Amino acid sequence: MTITLTVNGVDHAVDAPPDTPLLYVLRDDLALNGAKYGCGLGQCGACTVHVDGKPVFSCVTPVAAVAGRRVRTVEGLGTVDTPGILQQAFIAEQAAQCGYCISGMIMRAQALLDGVRRPTDAQIRAHMQPNLCRCGTHGRILKAVRRAADMMGGTVPQAVRS
Amino acid sequence: MRRKHWVGAAAACIALGGLAALAVAYRAPLPAIARPDAASFDRARVARGAVLAAIGDCAVCHTADRGAAYAGGRPLPTPFGTLYTTNITPDIATGIGTWSLDAFTRALREGVARDGHHLYPALPYEHYTHVTDGDVEALYAFLMTRPAVSAPPQPNHMIFPLGFRPLLAGWKLLFLHRGALPPRTDRDAQWNRGAYLVEGLGHCGGCHTPRNPLGGEETGRAYAGGVAEGWVAPPLDGSSPAPIPWTADGLYRYLRTGMDGEHGAAAGPMGPVTHDLSAIPEDEVRAIAVYVASLRMDGRPGPGPGPVDHADAAAQAHPAGAALFAGACGGCHEAGAPMLTGGRPGLGLASGLQLEEPANVVRAILEGLRPPVGAAGPFMPPFANSLTDGQVAEVAAYLRARYSDRPAWTNLTRESATARKEGQQP
Amino acid sequence: MSMSPLDHAKAPSRRAFLGGGGALVVAFSLAPRALAQLAGGGEGGAGPAVIAPDLKGSLKNHPWLDAWIRVDGDGRVTVFTGKVELGQGIRTALIQVAAEELDLPPGAITLVTADTRRTPDEGLTAGSHSMQDSGTAILNAAANVRMLLTNAAAALWRVPAGGLATTGDGHVRGPDGRLAAYGDLAAGLSLHVAAVPDAPLRNPADYRTLGKPLPRVDIPAKLTGGAAYLHDMRLPGMLHARVVRGPAEGTRLVEPDIQAVEAMPGVVKVVRRGAFLAVVAERQWTAIQALRHLQRAAHARVTAPLPAGAATGAPLSGDAVEAVLNTLTPRDIAIEDTRTPTGPAVHTVQARYTRPWISHGSIGPSCALARFQDGEMTIWTHSQGTFDVARVVTELLGLPAEKVHAIHAEGAGCYGQNGADDVAADAAVIAFAVPGRPIRLQWMREQEFGWEPLGPGMVTRLAASLDADNRIVAWRHEVWSNPHNNRPVGAGGVLAGAEVDPPFAAPEGKPIPMPEGDGSRNSNPLYTFANTHVLYHFLKDMPVRVSALRSLGAHLNVFSIESMLDELAAAAGIDPLALRLAHMEDPRARDVMQAMAAGFDWAGRPRGDGRRGCGMAFARYKNLGAYCAVALEVEIDRETGRAWVRRAFAAVDCGQPANPDGVRNQIEGGLIQSLSWTGHEAMAFSPERRAAFDWSGYPILRFQDVPGTIDVRVVDRPGLPFLGTAEAAQGPTAAALANAIADATGVRLRDMPLAPDRLKAALGPV
Repeated sequence: MTITLTVNGVDHAVDAPPDTPLLYVLRDDLALNGAKYGCGLGQCGACTVHVDGKPVFSCVTPVAAVAGRRVRTVEGLGTVDTPGILQQAFIAEQAAQCGYCISGMIMRAQALLDGVRRPTDAQIRAHMQPNLCRCGTHGRILKAVRRAADMMGGTVPQAVRS
Repeated sequence: MRRKHWVGAAAACIALGGLAALAVAYRAPLPAIARPDAASFDRARVARGAVLAAIGDCAVCHTADRGAAYAGGRPLPTPFGTLYTTNITPDIATGIGTWSLDAFTRALREGVARDGHHLYPALPYEHYTHVTDGDVEALYAFLMTRPAVSAPPQPNHMIFPLGFRPLLAGWKLLFLHRGALPPRTDRDAQWNRGAYLVEGLGHCGGCHTPRNPLGGEETGRAYAGGVAEGWVAPPLDGSSPAPIPWTADGLYRYLRTGMDGEHGAAAGPMGPVTHDLSAIPEDEVRAIAVYVASLRMDGRPGPGPGPVDHADAAAQAHPAGAALFAGACGGCHEAGAPMLTGGRPGLGLASGLQLEEPANVVRAILEGLRPPVGAAGPFMPPFANSLTDGQVAEVAAYLRARYSDRPAWTNLTRESATARKEGQQP
Repeated sequence: MSMSPLDHAKAPSRRAFLGGGGALVVAFSLAPRALAQLAGGGEGGAGPAVIAPDLKGSLKNHPWLDAWIRVDGDGRVTVFTGKVELGQGIRTALIQVAAEELDLPPGAITLVTADTRRTPDEGLTAGSHSMQDSGTAILNAAANVRMLLTNAAAALWRVPAGGLATTGDGHVRGPDGRLAAYGDLAAGLSLHVAAVPDAPLRNPADYRTLGKPLPRVDIPAKLTGGAAYLHDMRLPGMLHARVVRGPAEGTRLVEPDIQAVEAMPGVVKVVRRGAFLAVVAERQWTAIQALRHLQRAAHARVTAPLPAGAATGAPLSGDAVEAVLNTLTPRDIAIEDTRTPTGPAVHTVQARYTRPWISHGSIGPSCALARFQDGEMTIWTHSQGTFDVARVVTELLGLPAEKVHAIHAEGAGCYGQNGADDVAADAAVIAFAVPGRPIRLQWMREQEFGWEPLGPGMVTRLAASLDADNRIVAWRHEVWSNPHNNRPVGAGGVLAGAEVDPPFAAPEGKPIPMPEGDGSRNSNPLYTFANTHVLYHFLKDMPVRVSALRSLGAHLNVFSIESMLDELAAAAGIDPLALRLAHMEDPRARDVMQAMAAGFDWAGRPRGDGRRGCGMAFARYKNLGAYCAVALEVEIDRETGRAWVRRAFAAVDCGQPANPDGVRNQIEGGLIQSLSWTGHEAMAFSPERRAAFDWSGYPILRFQDVPGTIDVRVVDRPGLPFLGTAEAAQGPTAAALANAIADATGVRLRDMPLAPDRLKAALGPV
């Protein structure tokens, strides 16, 4: 069955069973690596992407549900050569260890910053609650989100480490 | 666990017309006392109060999200405005630090604050009025030994004229029946204990009993099912739709752990109730379970229909819903999923799919369910962001067709839109 | 004919690499494999033999420079390591080491990590050994190469080598300013020579790269959707597989409906080999649905029942953990036994401490790729033991060793032996049955929780006494533990080995001898106590599948020692830090504790008041690795029992830090992970199975419980040997949490997890 979806602004016609979770379509059909399989149960957030601007667990989002809707992945925020603001902030804070959770963390955080320009620390923590990290990078992740919020909010960011 | 029923009640008060009510509305302030020294309370009484506070779910309403326990500030949103729970820590300026036992008792049993103003029946004083003097004293001892937290009351935002509290006196005339409940001599001590807890502090009827147009509980239809925060509080009497009838043992497991293998997991406003009951003495929970189980036997008992699973027919009737279910829900709820091989119940046993209204199914899909922060327990992710209202409707229709023999639900898309809007309120 | 390892080494297998651009031909050497020897990583596993004992780090096993470093004609340098990136930042740190001693910009270096055909076998990447083993080897190999290049320039220009210098950008400069490029010099040079032990090292004062917070080279790709993980590999013609098992270790499915699955569209093959069962499909989702269909079958337990808690499915109490271990027959191993005449004891404290079974809890379930083509098996694995994976598969499939090639590719953090080794063997069995098609296999979440080896449950009993002068005059420490070292080195060590027909026998559990130890790790205090008796009750029979979890027994042993010190200090009414310093002679340990005290303001800390309190703890990991002191300030919610860390401070001395920010990242992460283990985690059991199959049954720390602030001070030790860092925070953090809770509330929790419900129950309602 052919399903049309828009990923990072580009239309794709995908031949996949309609119940296939979006995660596997992104990874296997569209060769996008950002969203990760972590639990397949919507419990850890490693697969977080945006649908119509809202964060979803792509592992429990059937591709049929996103037909005709806007999907955004971490690949849509920037590239290695031109990283987006959150990606710059994560690099500046060196906010990764194994990094497996980080794409999901960034997409979760992006959803917050899309709606709240100057979130409080408590808001950031509460918003990030659905996503798990096992390496204990949480402190740096919180700093990176704060840094990105400052960068977006017009506050002069500290120099990003080159 | 009742946030909204009384709103209709307040509106009814307006209709009653106020002057007669106003005549009885005046209540005198009680004198402020110096805050009692925490060390002056008997430790065993405080410990007893802790258990009673859990049974009464005090902290559930009187604690803001991640706020200090009992310091209030939790918003209770309603179509008639938002009200904020109050600080019941012994803070002198912002809590109940200057309240005497008499003032506390009057608030609990009559819904009148120390300074004489009437309290909204969000505080279920028509149930708490049955609590014994000794238990009130224990609750008082428990609350007065909590750390005092300075948390000024937040102003309520009620639509005119519901902010005018003397109107509440009229409601009380109709629905507040003061005094203790007489014990049933034809029942054993455990049943009577359960009755006391359920009818009093537990205030189960606050949600599980339907309300009349004036917002009072329909005492003639006790436990025939009610509403709580948009969720249906299912019937606990003989009209319970559970495919496998509830037993005292099953209720005990459910109340104690938030999950029973023959029924399902506590969802919506019931979740925090079961969490409170997870840590109190086992005997109290057993007594509650025995009493609630007897409600069904007192009504129209009968064997349940058992679970059904019309997978093929449902998929034919609702192919889109079937595909969405397979991709979104099947990882936990389809045969062979780890949750089911882990001993958790299938959807064929869930009461929510057997109810007349789709409210609970739609809300569970949109909001999911989660254990308290850091605790183990049944979890379901929210689907509000991934499924549209139309898709929620497709899934709900498929579930109803697959797992019940009851009539199809209607207006599911609208129900989803309504529930989504309510879920986004503060 | 018998050959000594050295004889083998003199006749190394040689693989020629032709450098581009007419550069030199550099040969490449591998030392022989030595099975059944405890070596690299310090956590068991096979490892290479020591053939050059006078060299440092892994040069002892692989003395030839061309095993480590290749210089191309264009000046590009490739460095080879047998260690692997686990998210600990080792790739960046090793590049910094090589860059420093070669005196090159880090960007000029390409690092190749464990690959059985390209890199030295350095055993496991474990035990915080990577910097000690590989970092030290590369440091010295690079210094040797720089020396050879400098000597070559000296010979070219006919000047004394002493007057030459390297420029930092790949050139040697003569006294007259002449420059010679490394690539040109290397063209006339063979690196197939053994390292010398005394090649001059660069002066730490002149370091350009080492000790600098170089941004990690692997991070940008991980943040932007680059192909950063094994999971992201896509080979032409690749198929997706799922292995089919019962819900948890020790169970099997009863008559799964294989016929139905074989008929499912998109299913390529159902692989059976004895009791091993897997499905292979064109699409990943098809493979998952086929798996679920097979899992509709009933399951049965095929091994002994698991140790269930008092309430089935609830976490085991401390008593229950001890009861389980008490059913096992111990072998007693004396660790330490000293006798010193002392004055009489005036305070004696006895206590039991316990830890339940803990999951590694990797965020990404284990994954592997395998391809069997033309009689040759290639496996991509994120195991910590790439060379062991090849050995396991060789035995499991009966292939000639030279036909099995294992290559490391990065996975999610593993923190020890999770499912990585098992899934690699699974993938190889499947690929063997589907020749010519690459197989990608990832475990499901519940398979990781249900089948991976757990960190073992453990018990300690301590008794200690103070005399009237607050000197510790008696110290007794007994520890009961299963082996933590069950790394597979043959087919019997992986799940598939027990499933194929005939099955391979699981090897008997063995302890790791001290000084590294396993269950005994860090049971010998670094402090100077009189009359110290330390005894390891080693329990070889394992009722639950267990293996290495980050820090092994150090987590509970340090928790026990450092809790006991606070219990003694409380009994005597003295400051916990003062008691420690009074018994610590190692100056670096004292420095670290004092750095912690200064950074945390230990002297000015808020004192326990029922709701807030502070605690500290210290350990030197294995008494061989990094020194680490941790202080925590906690805030207690007495209504819920939640202990939230407002403030955390750690000081660490790991010798010369290769990358101080990398060290901080490891300590911060270890601290948070240990708070999660110690404060929240326990695998629960029913007699039939592990109870948890997802994160709702095995909650770990989430953002709301992350400390308010975490600061790490890295004590700079220029030029001192590298000391492993990655596990240093686990033990001290655990004890600091218990000590802070005790300081705040007066309640001493000795059984992990120090969970809110346990603290609430201990506090009571008053």
